[in-house]
Amino acid sequence: MKASEAAIAMQNGAPSAGQAWRFPADPLFRKLTGGIALLVAATLLAILIALIGEGWHALRVFGWRFLVTGTWNPVSGQFGALVFIVGTLISSIIAMLIAIPVSFGIALFISELAPRWLRGPVSTAVELLAAVPSIIYGMWGLLVFAPRFAQIEPWIDDHLGAIPGLGVLFRGPPMGIGMLTAGIVLGIMVIPFIAAIMRDVFLVTPAALKESAYALGSTTWEVVRHVILPYTRTAVTGGIFLGLGRALGETMAVTFIIGNSNNLAASLLMPGSSIASVIANEFTEATSDLYKSSLLALGLILFLITFVVLVFAKLLLLRLERGAGSRP
Amino acid sequence: MIPLRSRRRAINAFNLTMAVLTTVFGVFWLVWILWTTLSHGIGALHLSLFTQDTPPPGGEGGGLRNAFVGSLILLALAVAIGTPIGVLAGTWLAEFAARRRLGSVIRFLNDILLSAPSIVIGLFTYAIVVDPGGHFSAFAGGVALALILIPVVVRTTDEMLRLVPGALREAAIALGTPYWKLVMRITWKAAASGILTGVLLGIARISGETAPLLFTALNNQFWSTDLARPIANLPVVIFQFAMSPYDNWQKMAWAGAFEAMAFILLLSVFSRLLLRRGIHRS
Repeated sequence: MKASEAAIAMQNGAPSAGQAWRFPADPLFRKLTGGIALLVAATLLAILIALIGEGWHALRVFGWRFLVTGTWNPVSGQFGALVFIVGTLISSIIAMLIAIPVSFGIALFISELAPRWLRGPVSTAVELLAAVPSIIYGMWGLLVFAPRFAQIEPWIDDHLGAIPGLGVLFRGPPMGIGMLTAGIVLGIMVIPFIAAIMRDVFLVTPAALKESAYALGSTTWEVVRHVILPYTRTAVTGGIFLGLGRALGETMAVTFIIGNSNNLAASLLMPGSSIASVIANEFTEATSDLYKSSLLALGLILFLITFVVLVFAKLLLLRLERGAGSRP
Repeated sequence: MIPLRSRRRAINAFNLTMAVLTTVFGVFWLVWILWTTLSHGIGALHLSLFTQDTPPPGGEGGGLRNAFVGSLILLALAVAIGTPIGVLAGTWLAEFAARRRLGSVIRFLNDILLSAPSIVIGLFTYAIVVDPGGHFSAFAGGVALALILIPVVVRTTDEMLRLVPGALREAAIALGTPYWKLVMRITWKAAASGILTGVLLGIARISGETAPLLFTALNNQFWSTDLARPIANLPVVIFQFAMSPYDNWQKMAWAGAFEAMAFILLLSVFSRLLLRRGIHRS
């Protein structure tokens, strides 16, 4: 690589005396590809500017109170994002509570436990789960999962609803759809993403470290707990945040199942809304400028939240890559 | 008091059993979802799906012809716009910016773009294409899908070109090959199957995308191939039909979901095989 770069430098230099002028194909090629690469990177900035521009109307009318107002009333022209921000966070938290332990178990199984012949098929199955489009998760969730879940909900209401304090989260009519159902389906959706990253980073743990722990008499679990996890901690966290970024922005599956209510209910069994679901539901119906601008301002909020989460995730993942490169 | 040794063993056995159970749990959903789509989808499959257009609300019969064709047009548009941009940007990252700071910054931003919510990409496309143009159009849908495809292609092109051995490049330069020719004739060729895999995986990703199309290509109940007008497409039709109370529409949504799923899974499996073969050879 070094040598070839030196060679390009020579080629790009001024032609030696006496040489005829040549069409500067190389510098042009370099500038063209470089310009396009910059353009791709600038897309993020363009998204930010475009969404601020489109949401400006709403942000100017409502100011910072847009973030903390819970009313969303297209008829009276009152718009506030609070219900949707909270809905997005709650459904994503439920999703992560399910996805993190399950992904960890799957990654552990693939990287440490599975016999060689089973490793490939299970890995492929997890990757296929990631390839299934979100609209199919949504359809399955609404038409197949929700009716079955509705039969369990009376049980949840009876048992979990009786817990003092926390019980209020689990009381409600057995509708099948709602915040909890959306969170569960969302969790199933992000499992493959987190599991794939965890598996990859577990596999880069140096064999020498694991073998020394085994030689000292550790059980497999102790190797995982005291060698693999400490070594991969930052990257595992990065993978979790990458999954969170996905859960926060997921649209179709949530739109099908969350119930689309513009009110905030205390119970997780009640319908709710997320930022993405309200945009998907109402965008084409938004007739007034303020209405549309408010929806685009919601999009801006979603973009900013996911951007922060994704940058954080990527930085954590990069740290393991660098660390793995510098270690012997 | 349980001896320490057997307690450690018990913890080990318990946790490892949990790992196996969670894997079964994960695979269980995949099987359930695949099974549902298959059983509902096969039942609703009919030749008229490919020969007739979408029926009106509550109507009997009909098919998904306009949606299939619309989706293919949108995919073709996205590939036509996204592939050259993605491949060229990836080429710069791998060939000219391998060790430069700007290269890693762009790589980082591209990764963020890769994971950005597709609904945000849809709103962005609405802001730059639909809003100034004044109406929803198939073209806008193609742009939205291209924006989702590009980061996938950039990333795989970059990774695949960096796998090409440096000795190949040095040999070509030693023979006096200009760099642009070296890239086009040698490194692109050596990484061709990898780059193609990236494009195929990208297509698999965008062919199920629904959210960005809601604000761009919209939907069209009728047959249309006009790029300047709203166009029917499979994901939005599935969304509309599945949410509806009409039995005929719901059946058709399952058939469409089955088609989409089969297409995407076959594409994913095929591109993985292609990738494995490509790596074997090099």
